[in-house]
Amino acid sequence: MRKKRRRFFCLFVFPGFFGITVFALAPFLDVVKRSFTAAVTGAFVGGKNYQVIFQNQAFLLAVKNTIRFTLTGIPLLVSAGLMVALMLSGFKNKGWIKSIYLFPLAMPTATVVMVWKLVFYKQGFLNLFLTRAGLVTGLWGEVHKDYLGTAAAFWVLVGSYIWKNLGYTVILWLTGIGGISGEMLEAAKVDGAGGWQRLWRVVLPNLKGSLFTIVILSFLNSFKIYREAYLTAGAYPDQSMYLLQHLFNNWFVNLELDKMAAAAVCTGGVLMLAILLLQRLWEDR
Amino acid sequence: MMMGVGKNRTMMGVRRGRVTTGTGKNRKRFEKVKKAAGKGLLFPILLLPGLLVILPVLLLLSGSLMDSWELGGYIGTVFTDGSEFISWKLFPDYPSFSNYGKLLFETPQFFVLFWNSMKLVLCILAGQLIFAVPAAWGFAAYPGRGSQGLFALYVVLMLLPFQVTMLSSYLVLNRLSFLNTHQAIIWPAVFSTFPVFLSYGGFKSIPYQMLEAARVDGAGELTIFVRLGLPLGKSGLLSAMVLGFLEYWNLLEQPMAFLEDKSLWPLSLYLPQITWGQAGFAFCASVVTLVPAVFVFIIGQDYLEQGIIYSGLKE
Repeated sequence: MRKKRRRFFCLFVFPGFFGITVFALAPFLDVVKRSFTAAVTGAFVGGKNYQVIFQNQAFLLAVKNTIRFTLTGIPLLVSAGLMVALMLSGFKNKGWIKSIYLFPLAMPTATVVMVWKLVFYKQGFLNLFLTRAGLVTGLWGEVHKDYLGTAAAFWVLVGSYIWKNLGYTVILWLTGIGGISGEMLEAAKVDGAGGWQRLWRVVLPNLKGSLFTIVILSFLNSFKIYREAYLTAGAYPDQSMYLLQHLFNNWFVNLELDKMAAAAVCTGGVLMLAILLLQRLWEDR
Repeated sequence: MMMGVGKNRTMMGVRRGRVTTGTGKNRKRFEKVKKAAGKGLLFPILLLPGLLVILPVLLLLSGSLMDSWELGGYIGTVFTDGSEFISWKLFPDYPSFSNYGKLLFETPQFFVLFWNSMKLVLCILAGQLIFAVPAAWGFAAYPGRGSQGLFALYVVLMLLPFQVTMLSSYLVLNRLSFLNTHQAIIWPAVFSTFPVFLSYGGFKSIPYQMLEAARVDGAGELTIFVRLGLPLGKSGLLSAMVLGFLEYWNLLEQPMAFLEDKSLWPLSLYLPQITWGQAGFAFCASVVTLVPAVFVFIIGQDYLEQGIIYSGLKE
């Protein structure tokens, strides 16, 4: 019986696994090998490629920016999503509000970017709006800030990331909130816990599981912000938003494959460690 | 006297009782008002992001309906680097479909790009149905120690961003001489592990006893997959298709790296290349690109939500 099942497991999984081996696993091993050899000659050079990338200014800048983006974007996204979900959880008829929040997910980046350019250009909609607001309140004069060519670009990117992924996180948070038993909340209410107390003592502690998932998925999606970054500012954007993805792409274009291999192994390794760590955390609970 | 006190007490008690019920009612009413007011306040707060979603779409739509001359008057400052602000009208003074006409009837290249996009997306999704869905069934229906380890590997692969695997993909595509053909985009995407993960979520929701019962009744394993697994677990694979469509309609990194020939490009990569000088054209092309995505979003919304929930499930 067990043998039979194993046979069927193989039958179902093997065709896909074969493809994954050919297109992902085997070539990745090749990349690991290449990270220890020279690009042109293919001679073994030991850890030299790794040494080179860790002394490379562009690599260090890209790592710094990517970490900065992740550490800014994810907490903002996750908490904004939680706030919206908490507000939404009281509504009975939330279907269409959810659709509105989800819609940016469906909008192709190329179309979004076109709008962003019009909004964040130095004579664009945002500055027009700010200038008008300044006129009305009398607090400030005309605003002619360039958002895409300066360090503000980083924040445009963060905002764009939140705009795109908020719906995703809201849905996941709502699922988490929906999973909390009504009885528990009712019991807390009977015991005299107020709204805030119920939120802090009952709802939030029960959402820890959702938090892990949401952080992982937000992390996964944070790499896709490269599309917005590249399409608004090209291959060499303002320093503040030069991400690892830009660097990989530029190395690829310039055929600096040895550096790329070493950086891919490093990034992949760090990501794998992070994933395993989070998996361990999941299992512990 | 005693009686009087007693009476008094009861009367007071009654009165007090009444008073307390009175405040109780008031408090209830107050809470109701507070709740309603809270909701009334919440609503605009919740709608604000809605505005941020709708305005860009309106901007694209209205821009696509302007003739080049009117559009130039509004956004000319962007490409001439002028000093005055951009301006806009949600309802164009001279609405016209001239740009759509130009795009759809006088620009055959546009059709090529549109069908490139369609071809890539449909081939990828078909391939995922053939390879990823059975794999997901294998993981869901035959759990075991070996399969768990392999599944963990799939999850890790799913989470690796394209940039990390770009070089490996390049090496293998080069060896298979798929570079600069659509196969370079299709094959790696077909063997992506994300649809496996999503379909797995759908299949896993089928109670195990049901499969056992079917086995006891003498159903073969393939019959179980086709007759039980696919109909009952279809939400997972449908959500994989919906999320997949939106993802691959939006392809950027892969064609940029692996397709040199511009006539092979998908719309998503071509669109940003249109210059501001042809802004009217760009607006129309954006709207046309947006339409299939919106269509899939609307018909597939439930599955999209379901898919997001499945992607959040722990293994």
